[in-house]
Amino acid sequence: MTQQLLKIRGLKIEGKSDEIWNPIVNGIDLDLKKGEVLGLIGESGAGKSTVGLAAMGFTRDGCRISGGLVEFAGIDLVTASAAVKRGMLGKRIAYVAQSAAASFNPAHRLMDQHTEAPTQHGLQLKADSELDGIELYRRLRLPDPDNIGFRYPHQVSGGQLQRAMTAMAMSCRPDLIIFDEPTTALDVTTQIEVLAAIRDIVEQFDTAAIYITHDLAVVAQMADRIKVLLRGDEVEEADTRNMLTDPKEDYTKSLWAVRSFQRPSKPAVLKGATPIVSLKNVSAAYGKSPVLFDVDFEIHAGRTVAVVGESGSGKSTAARCITGLLPPKQGHIEFNGEALPLDYRKRSKEQLRQAQMIYQMADTALNPRSRIGDIIGRPVQFYSGLTGPAKRKRVEELLVQIEMEPSQYIDRLPGELSGGQKQRIGIARALAAEPQFIICDEVTSALDQLVAEGILKLLAQLQDDLGLSYMFITHDLATVRAISDEVVVMKDGRVVEQGPKAEMFRPPHHPYTDLLLSSVPEMDPDWLTNLLKIRGVDNIGDAAVQKM
Amino acid sequence: MSWWIYLILILTTTGAVAWVFRFAGQQLTENRPFYRDMPFVIAFGYVFGGVVLVGAMIYYLQSTDKNGVPAAGVIFFRWAVQGFVGFAIAAYLFRLFGRYVGTAGTRKLFGSMPLTAAFGVLVIIIYAAVSIFAGAIAPHGQEEILAGSNIVPGGNPLLGGNPEFPLGTDQIGRDIYSRLIYGAQNTVGIAFATTCLAFFVGGSLGFLASILGGWIDQLLSRAVDVLMAIPALIFALLLMTIASVWSNQLGIDRTIFMILIIAMIDSTRVYRLSRAVGQNIVVMDYIEAAKLRGEGMGYLIFKEILPNALAPLLAEFGLRFCFVFLTIASLSFLGVGIQPPLADWGTMVKDLSQFINFAAFAPNVATAPLLAAGAIALLTVAVNFVVDWMLHKSSGLKD
Repeated sequence: MTQQLLKIRGLKIEGKSDEIWNPIVNGIDLDLKKGEVLGLIGESGAGKSTVGLAAMGFTRDGCRISGGLVEFAGIDLVTASAAVKRGMLGKRIAYVAQSAAASFNPAHRLMDQHTEAPTQHGLQLKADSELDGIELYRRLRLPDPDNIGFRYPHQVSGGQLQRAMTAMAMSCRPDLIIFDEPTTALDVTTQIEVLAAIRDIVEQFDTAAIYITHDLAVVAQMADRIKVLLRGDEVEEADTRNMLTDPKEDYTKSLWAVRSFQRPSKPAVLKGATPIVSLKNVSAAYGKSPVLFDVDFEIHAGRTVAVVGESGSGKSTAARCITGLLPPKQGHIEFNGEALPLDYRKRSKEQLRQAQMIYQMADTALNPRSRIGDIIGRPVQFYSGLTGPAKRKRVEELLVQIEMEPSQYIDRLPGELSGGQKQRIGIARALAAEPQFIICDEVTSALDQLVAEGILKLLAQLQDDLGLSYMFITHDLATVRAISDEVVVMKDGRVVEQGPKAEMFRPPHHPYTDLLLSSVPEMDPDWLTNLLKIRGVDNIGDAAVQKM
Repeated sequence: MSWWIYLILILTTTGAVAWVFRFAGQQLTENRPFYRDMPFVIAFGYVFGGVVLVGAMIYYLQSTDKNGVPAAGVIFFRWAVQGFVGFAIAAYLFRLFGRYVGTAGTRKLFGSMPLTAAFGVLVIIIYAAVSIFAGAIAPHGQEEILAGSNIVPGGNPLLGGNPEFPLGTDQIGRDIYSRLIYGAQNTVGIAFATTCLAFFVGGSLGFLASILGGWIDQLLSRAVDVLMAIPALIFALLLMTIASVWSNQLGIDRTIFMILIIAMIDSTRVYRLSRAVGQNIVVMDYIEAAKLRGEGMGYLIFKEILPNALAPLLAEFGLRFCFVFLTIASLSFLGVGIQPPLADWGTMVKDLSQFINFAAFAPNVATAPLLAAGAIALLTVAVNFVVDWMLHKSSGLKD
């Protein structure tokens, strides 16, 4: 019989807000055997990170474990003294955080941070620990493993940092590692590399792991079993294959169904029609470093153009050129066939009105000290000159359009809304100007899948009702599939490939498009294994991009 | 035995008691985490705090009366404790009052208010009332020279006081009580005007620099750097010397010059803060959205940036008010600030300062200069308490 490693029974956690303790987790049971990987999934606020941390007997500030048992290797971590826990953490239980960049101390070299745990716990001398670190870096397939440890965190890329953090968690050969969304902030081609590396090393050392994520396709590759959480309660738990093919609960089924939203594709654009927006040979630079080279694409009336690419590909910069925040060095931008002034300060009010923008982070896109009625009311007043009751009526209309009850929300502050609602307010503010064209900059990437789907459906609906054109910037190919009519693929500031959606998702592809498409995890639990078989470990992710 | 043997004895006893305290706690509460994870130094701190408290009580209650006059140190300590307790009770009552009277908004505000902030608000209200109604409250005029000079505060004829002048009179026979009240009007009023001016100038320039950036930002910031490089008080003294010549030539009151000079020096600090705060706000997407809408500079500064910068600026306002206030008092103390016969707390401290030497054998006499100094200290402490509370509130709202 395999050994029981972690046993959680009736775990209850409370969080303090406004001097009141509110339940966050209400009675979770969890079992983990040695060498087993458990996937914890759920939306934000489901309590998955809280449970993950509680498996180490730890809670965030303002939280407390109010009941239950967390037994790790026979020791109850809830009642264990600080000294006992200090002896366990890092040595027998390790933690890998979502943002490696924020979790490494920027003032110390990677290796010095790597060797800290083994030397502090008295397991190894520093020199031995360094040799071991180099070995781990090699196994995680980090480039130049002999020397990479002697760099500082800022000298290493995001994906490499995440792998270095996994190596650090491995430094004491713990029995259990808790991975808290380790690939969420990474590009798909980087993510696949990190996933392959993590899976490999966890198998090699027979380490048990709790893998926390909101991405079902990722967890399908990593976990032996999956546990679904919803608002602090367990929904269901089953083996990965059973869970994917035969979910029992409605909530789980709805999670599985999310990726199926796809709007019908539109007929091809008429030849010779004037596009709403067209970029002609646009090149741009931040100061002296060039970021866009000869970018050229068109957006037609009533259509959605998805601009796809990884971070640093210049897709957001293209949007900044269109809005005039970053005047291009060369080329020009036409709106309905007329050339726009390159700098937004030189554009007329009417020109500014026609192109609106929706931002990725709704938190920073809405003034936290303005009420919803003022946020939406200001563009209404500014462009159409409505005031008083007429303005309020228009704001209420707009709130109805984005499916929010006016009387309930009009006097609220942005901080009193959920993430999806804030994003809807962002949409309403753009609509208030009655534009023809809206730039959506990663509007769904900060949202949970169900909420994101709602936003996509709303945008599609608004497009049908108002004849809007969208430039949809995203790195998520599932979103592209769901909403776009045309696709523009960008890499390193250049357009690699563009065309109608149907063509883009059908071979033959440009090699980069092919790599992007093949790197998106699928719900099939064998997907990563098969892909590695076909491509080989050295031909996935960033390594493959670099060969291009 | 010399004093250090006492010290070692006290420390070892405290340490032993601390160990017993922690051990007893662990046994009696069946190893509750509070006692279980308590480091020794913390236990030592608890016991040491208790020892200090007991010591203070013994010191407070000792009777060293000789001819009705207790030892100087004891009586000042007693006043401090009485003031502390008295203000605490007053603040508590004031908060209780605020919780049951007023609109729903103010009642909620008082509900979450810590006692220190209630004390601060109460003191500020009292100061404001006194300075506004100074003419009605004060029994005598601030320039009025009355019967006797150097009457000791306390109103006890046996100790050289006079019941007619409860806080005594100064060297030329002006009533200190009346002058304190008028001093509130002069010193606090001028300090408030100066701080407002400093904030208006520094705040608008700082936000402007953060929005525009580029050479305007460079020009303003470097100019501010130069001004800040000169020690503030020396700079103010220098400028006041020049201003006194001008005020004679032009016939403009020297106080106007003082307001302008202090406002200019302090606006550099406000500029730095508002520029730093502004720079964090102008990179937000909602500012970009407003710019792309075509909004003008005024809307950006007052509607988008200012509401979000209000919390740190208000906190700075409180601190800056204290500094301005102290600068005015220092300038008056040095003789270039508010000019006699106008009553001013700084000047009052200066005029009566030689009486401090009497503290050792005649505490009542030494109180005379301390009254004005105490008035300054009380307001400074009160304003800082309110500022702390505002900072806490604003940081709590953000997450």
